Amino acid sequence: MTRKKRRLYVLLVAAVLLGGATALVIGAFRGNLVFFFSPTEIFEKSVEPGQRIRVGGLVEEDSVVHDADGLTVHFRVTDLSHAVMVTYRGILPSLFREGQGVVIQGRLDETAHFIADEVMAKHDENYMPPEVAEALKKSGQWKGDDE
Amino acid sequence: MPLGGCLGLASDYRITLGLAIMVNLHRFANPNRFMRLSGFVLPWVSGIAAITFAVGLYLALVVSPPDYEQRETVRIMYIHVPAAWMALFSYTLMAASCAVALIWRHPLADVAAKSIAPIGAGFTFICLVTGSLWGHPTWGTWWVWDARLTSVLILFFLFMGYMVLFDAFDDPTKGARAAGVLAMVGFVFVPIIKFSVDILELRTLHQGASVSKLSTPSIHESMLWPLLIMALAYLAYFIALLLVRMRSAILGARVRSLRMMQAERASRVAIAPERL
Repeated sequence: MTRKKRRLYVLLVAAVLLGGATALVIGAFRGNLVFFFSPTEIFEKSVEPGQRIRVGGLVEEDSVVHDADGLTVHFRVTDLSHAVMVTYRGILPSLFREGQGVVIQGRLDETAHFIADEVMAKHDENYMPPEVAEALKKSGQWKGDDE
Repeated sequence: MPLGGCLGLASDYRITLGLAIMVNLHRFANPNRFMRLSGFVLPWVSGIAAITFAVGLYLALVVSPPDYEQRETVRIMYIHVPAAWMALFSYTLMAASCAVALIWRHPLADVAAKSIAPIGAGFTFICLVTGSLWGHPTWGTWWVWDARLTSVLILFFLFMGYMVLFDAFDDPTKGARAAGVLAMVGFVFVPIIKFSVDILELRTLHQGASVSKLSTPSIHESMLWPLLIMALAYLAYFIALLLVRMRSAILGARVRSLRMMQAERASRVAIAPERL
């Protein structure tokens, strides 16, 4: 019985220590372990040109412009306080549109213009049939496409 | 919100169920009782799994409506989400069995943990593959190294590592103990996976939870029901598979010990036949 109890206590103490260590690591990472920066952070932290980063935000309304070559697209990514000008050449994900959340990967050039080499659409956690979405939009209960 | 996190962990039924099974495990720790009980339960859970899979897949792939935004791609969700739930549930149960094996040395606990590992690895693999298939049309990428996806990949490696380590020793008890420690240490990833998007706010590409939100679920009823039936199907399938694996492991061990006794007797007969 005593041996079993001792093993139990050793395991519990180890679990508490390990859990505490993990909580501390996660707490420390919380600010840094981000998949993407927001446009405001880009603005405030003055990211070096040429450094490979990801930026996340919403595609600003009325900002998408397609070039005549059919591949190049210009748009602004915004977090509603700052915006980043983006140029991307390639195939856009099917969910890409104005007002939609996106994560873009690439680098800033000298004029603080973002050259993206990858555009990913961020999907929110709402799942519903098209008729329901339509009904929500009609009744004015639609919350919009923000995250 | 650390308090909210703790409450969330306790209220999560997969983790609570895993802990409840762990606490009650000693009742079934007698292999004979386990064989009798599991022999009775097995046909029932197998039947439930078959029926719920048939109904769930029909509802999910045929009846349920397409999503307003993802259209037909949403159907991958009915395979992906229950697989992810079961991956976490299997790991919790495996780590709990390892703890029971280490503390109380119950004969069935190591059998249970070893039987869970490949099933859990299978669920994690399904989760990763279907997630990737969904991510390509929806996000525009097969894979990203965000906190949610990376921690699930680590969970897959933990299942694999457990199986490799279990068989890496000549002495099976040593292997069970080493693998058990690995499984328990790896348990830190379960809350990380669970809360990486919603509570830890590690900004990820992966979206938050739709079903377990405290407010109303952000998934429409016509999609929620097929999902829940699929979750039940996965759970019943898991239990059935686990019982089959545990039963065959126990029977295998019995066959081995019978063979050993037979060989021992045969050698004794060969050496000193007059003593029998």
